[in-house]
Amino acid sequence: MSQPETLNQAFELGYTYTRSTGPVIGRFLTALKNRKIVGIKASDSRVIVPPMEYDPDTAEELSEFVDVGEQGEIVSFAWVKEPRESHPMQVPFAWAMIKLDGADVPMVHCVAAAAESDIATGARVRAVWADETIGFITDIRCFELV
Amino acid sequence: MSDEQDEITVINAPVYLKYNFTAGKAPARYLTQLKKGVLTGQRCPKCSAVYVPPRGSCASCGVATEEEVELSDKATVESFTIVSIPIPGNPIEPPFVVANLVLDGSNISLIHLLSECVNEDVHIGQRVQGVWNPESEWDYSMNNIRYFKPIDEPDVPVEKIGTLPVTGLEG
Repeated sequence: MSQPETLNQAFELGYTYTRSTGPVIGRFLTALKNRKIVGIKASDSRVIVPPMEYDPDTAEELSEFVDVGEQGEIVSFAWVKEPRESHPMQVPFAWAMIKLDGADVPMVHCVAAAAESDIATGARVRAVWADETIGFITDIRCFELV
Repeated sequence: MSDEQDEITVINAPVYLKYNFTAGKAPARYLTQLKKGVLTGQRCPKCSAVYVPPRGSCASCGVATEEEVELSDKATVESFTIVSIPIPGNPIEPPFVVANLVLDGSNISLIHLLSECVNEDVHIGQRVQGVWNPESEWDYSMNNIRYFKPIDEPDVPVEKIGTLPVTGLEG
């Protein structure tokens, strides 16, 4: 039996899931579609963004939605030198924890910047909205430095 | 807030797995032979079972398989299903028949399509044969055989399915 040649082929396996959002995340995404960002007030008065359905301390159901600002401050960040295909940007960018004005906890999103040295903890950023909003987290295309 | 019908209740959350598949030694050999229009299996040196497509080892004995066995493109229906519901991304129009077929000379089944048949008449033990694409279209693919179709040979008794030699029922 002769040595076979090496056979190699690219495959793609796709699972085209849709997921129910539930009422709270649904409200958050609906707000994004309308170019607004909402959080929810927890039992200790902290405003949590994105909103969660149950209180992180008491497990009580939460319902008091609060509008928060589309600007905020970088709490921490990680610079992505070589973006992957599935990343939201195909040029170097930062993943950042962003504490929006009016919120008490930070939210993860991407920040566009020309260079890593332009970004710093404490830097002010502003949401850049997508041209067309559909009710998804990518309605905020990215944040940019103010 | 927007009105009720604008409310977001579902999101699309697809997952795509992109990967490269490298055929191992045994499957590569199988596919290389398949490109030449030859179906080959591998025989276990311990239990004599012939595997197709071969994986290079016997799943029940746990030993390497090296002996190559040329198989027939005639087969016996071991089990089948009639697909009536369209499958996303699958170009074949239902209803169609998918069957586990045991090639003559092998002991385990492979899955392929049955066509040129009356779906309601398909049955276990039925004799079928591969209908090949034109030779110019042969590739490293089981799609070289478009489908299997029934042939005029007597049914194989259930207990004999998976025991026929390469020469088939008559041999």
